[in-house]
Amino acid sequence: MEITVTINGSDHASDVEPRTLLVDHIRRTVGLTGTHVGCDTTSCGACTVLMDGKPVKACTVLAAQADGAEVTTVEGLKTADGLHPIQSAFTDDHGLQCGFCTPGMMLVGASLISENPDPSEDDVRWAISGNLCRCTGYMNIVKAIQTAAARVAESSNGS
Amino acid sequence: MAAPTTPAEIGGIGHSVQRKEDARLIEGQGNFLDDIDLPNTLHMAILRSPLAHARINGIDSSAATALDGVVAVVTGDLMDQHGLAWMPTLSGDTQAVLATDKVRYQGQEVAAVIATDPYIATDALELIEVDYEDLPPITTPQQSLEEGAALIRDEKEGQTDNLAYTWETGDKVATEEAFAQADQVVTLETHYPRSHPAPLETCGILADVNSVTGQATIYMTSQAPHAHRTLFAMVAGLPEQNIRIVSPDIGGGFGNKVPIYPGYVVATAASLLIGQPVKWVESRTENLISTGFARDYYMKGELAVTDEGRILGLRVNMLSDQGAFYSDAQPTQFRAGLFHVVTGSYDFPAAHIDCRGAFTNKAPGGVAYRCSFRITEASYLIERLVQNAAYEVGIDPAEMRLRNFIQPEQFPYETATGFVYDSGDYPTALRTALDEVGYEDLRREQAEARAEGRLIGIGIAHFTEAVGAGPSHTYDIAGLKMIDSAELRVHPTGKAILKLGVKTQGQGHETTFAQIVAEVLGIPANDIKVEHGDTDHTPYGLGTYASRSTPVGGAATAVVARKLADKAKKIAAHLLEAAEEDIELASGVLSVAGSPDRSVTIQDIALAAYTNLPEGMEYGLEDVTYYDPPNLTYPYGSYIVVVEVDPDTGVWQVQRMVALDDCGVRINPMIVEGQICGGLTEGFAMSAMQWITFDDDGNCIGANFMDYLVPTAWETPRFELLATEVPSPHHPIGAKGVGESATVGSPAAFVNAVIDALAHLGVRNIDMPVLPDRVWAAIDEAS
Ligand code: FES
Ligand code: FES
Repeated sequence: MEITVTINGSDHASDVEPRTLLVDHIRRTVGLTGTHVGCDTTSCGACTVLMDGKPVKACTVLAAQADGAEVTTVEGLKTADGLHPIQSAFTDDHGLQCGFCTPGMMLVGASLISENPDPSEDDVRWAISGNLCRCTGYMNIVKAIQTAAARVAESSNGS
Repeated sequence: MAAPTTPAEIGGIGHSVQRKEDARLIEGQGNFLDDIDLPNTLHMAILRSPLAHARINGIDSSAATALDGVVAVVTGDLMDQHGLAWMPTLSGDTQAVLATDKVRYQGQEVAAVIATDPYIATDALELIEVDYEDLPPITTPQQSLEEGAALIRDEKEGQTDNLAYTWETGDKVATEEAFAQADQVVTLETHYPRSHPAPLETCGILADVNSVTGQATIYMTSQAPHAHRTLFAMVAGLPEQNIRIVSPDIGGGFGNKVPIYPGYVVATAASLLIGQPVKWVESRTENLISTGFARDYYMKGELAVTDEGRILGLRVNMLSDQGAFYSDAQPTQFRAGLFHVVTGSYDFPAAHIDCRGAFTNKAPGGVAYRCSFRITEASYLIERLVQNAAYEVGIDPAEMRLRNFIQPEQFPYETATGFVYDSGDYPTALRTALDEVGYEDLRREQAEARAEGRLIGIGIAHFTEAVGAGPSHTYDIAGLKMIDSAELRVHPTGKAILKLGVKTQGQGHETTFAQIVAEVLGIPANDIKVEHGDTDHTPYGLGTYASRSTPVGGAATAVVARKLADKAKKIAAHLLEAAEEDIELASGVLSVAGSPDRSVTIQDIALAAYTNLPEGMEYGLEDVTYYDPPNLTYPYGSYIVVVEVDPDTGVWQVQRMVALDDCGVRINPMIVEGQICGGLTEGFAMSAMQWITFDDDGNCIGANFMDYLVPTAWETPRFELLATEVPSPHHPIGAKGVGESATVGSPAAFVNAVIDALAHLGVRNIDMPVLPDRVWAAIDEAS
């Protein structure tokens, strides 16, 4: 079936099998491999992307369901102005080790900050509780998301 | 621009340099196995046994073969024609690649489909018909060793029962004497349950064998690419120079990516036969049911103690559940890994360990899940025993440990099982952690809480690990000595490339190994590129597991950098017209002793190495080192956990977790602390929720992340980290390795905390995972 998905601002029209998962569409057809797959039960969040601004697990969405939607993947976080604050905060606070969970974690974090500019530690832990990390023990991920929130708040106060 | 000269700018040892690997990973530009795409790649899916034990009477794959898009269906018979139906394991056993005679566990590989598309490959699995004849499944090692139990390994010549191995160590007679003198014998029987490392990225391979040239390029989630290349050469008979293993970015390993799995062999054989690249990436279910389980030790420990709380001896009897094949990934001469470290941090003269392993109808594995070969089980047992001994003797668990610690002046210390611990100051470590947690106040609060009917528990674990395998006299894998290597090339502009035999899976080698070179030569860490994982482009090494990268590969890096420093001094002497002995190298500046104005930078030297050398000296500034460690290293730590247990539900919550680690010199404190937080989380996971069980038919319970519970950010406790730093005397930079310490040490601290909350009721054991219903049952039984 014919679908058009807007991914990171560009339209991608393609003919997909109805059963094609969004994550496979993004990775194989569109060729953006920053979105990962870590499970087969919608448990790990490695596949998280933003669909019309909201985090979804792309392993549990059909490509057909994304027809007409705006999708943001990790590759779309950086803008002409440079890295998204969540990206630099993950590096600064050592929020990643192997980096496999990182795209999903950053997208959930970015979405949280856009809704809650000053998240508490519990807010962050709850927000990322659908995303697994096997390396970091989460402490620095939580810290990074809070750092990013503070930086976003600071720059919008300053402007 | 002037070269950086301050230590912070250079980023040597002890600096929390930001990680170089992050730049690609935060932009989605990592290169993980499944991200690699080659033209004409075919996709493989594996048909797995639904039964735990059954005879295969026939396989009909005609319908699958006929499906549009299917290129081939591979069965055990086809593999057998090429001599590849079985393969050797790392513990001297053999393992089926694709089953020919029987299936011996649920999830065992039976056939593989190669197709043009991964969805089609999976569709075709449903079209394969296998005629199975049920056999009785054996799901516990106790059943397995009973008289008359069905023989699991009937294909193995000379095998008449289900015994996989026996092993013993220590001095039996001396231990019996010690027990004869004891005032008390404290006994603990406990099961360290089956677990799985479950890195977030599963295992996979992309095999590209060129049928014309014979060149085999194998992309693989490999923690040990060089060893894997040699094993591929030995098993498949491919000439080693034609095999190139490329281990790309790896999404966590934790021991899961050490063994060679049947899927790798089938994909490589299929690529060779078909002449196209073949990719296989495990699903999570495949990962959990068939690859790399860990632990599964039934342990009985006995401690001989005096009324004053002195430990006189230790006796251990163990039974390990090996699954259908004995495939522990461990050094050849070891049967139960480095379990010898079970004597822990304590000074006592006698120990004896007796161990048996049994085959069962479960997946094989026995991988060192974030530990140095069975150290986790050993450390857990001794720390649980010592805590229980304190209750029986009637002294405080902290005091019990302080009375028995190996003292700082006793190092190097030879244990009752023959390990020689390199260095440590255990009393300082424990006292520091006790002060931080406010131990005495906590004990008062605990007593007050008890009076109100509330249950507070304080658990301690003071672990000692043995990591960095290992010295060539004792440690090899498949005959390959467990050395490791580093090759360092400094280019004319003063920038460098460092090539390693070890391979990161998230530990940050690209940063920390550059820091070692930066420390020695003064070339900024950011000017040093670290290359690893590609066997065509790096020197030989045994890989990254058992916390061996820093102890062995890190040592090689320091030594090779020092070789270049020596040459740099010779060149400096020539440039400065001074005697070589008078040249000093600090922070990248080589100067003449006593006249600091006469100096050159390491960057000047690099250029001179290709342009202006003393008479007779060979051009270039590069070298390679193969490091054979003189001993293991022995990191340790003191962990204290405070919990509150709800007496009505058995639910326990962690109130505090204070973790003091001494891993010797810390190369990058930020990365060290990151590793510790990750390890503590996995230790918490094993103590609280993470396990793989089977029903009586051998069905795996724990086959996905809905049933195999790994902690999310919500359950994971907050950690308070502390450090002491006693260097390893034999390691070139005094480092000991840290990646696994917290997973090894922390389970006992968590479990001891829950037991401590219930100790006054007489509770002495709850097996891991310490689930609320088990806690509730223990309270119920005690009262
Ligand atoms: S891959 Fe989508 S949740 Fe795990
Ligand atoms: S950094 Fe490895 S899974 Fe999160």
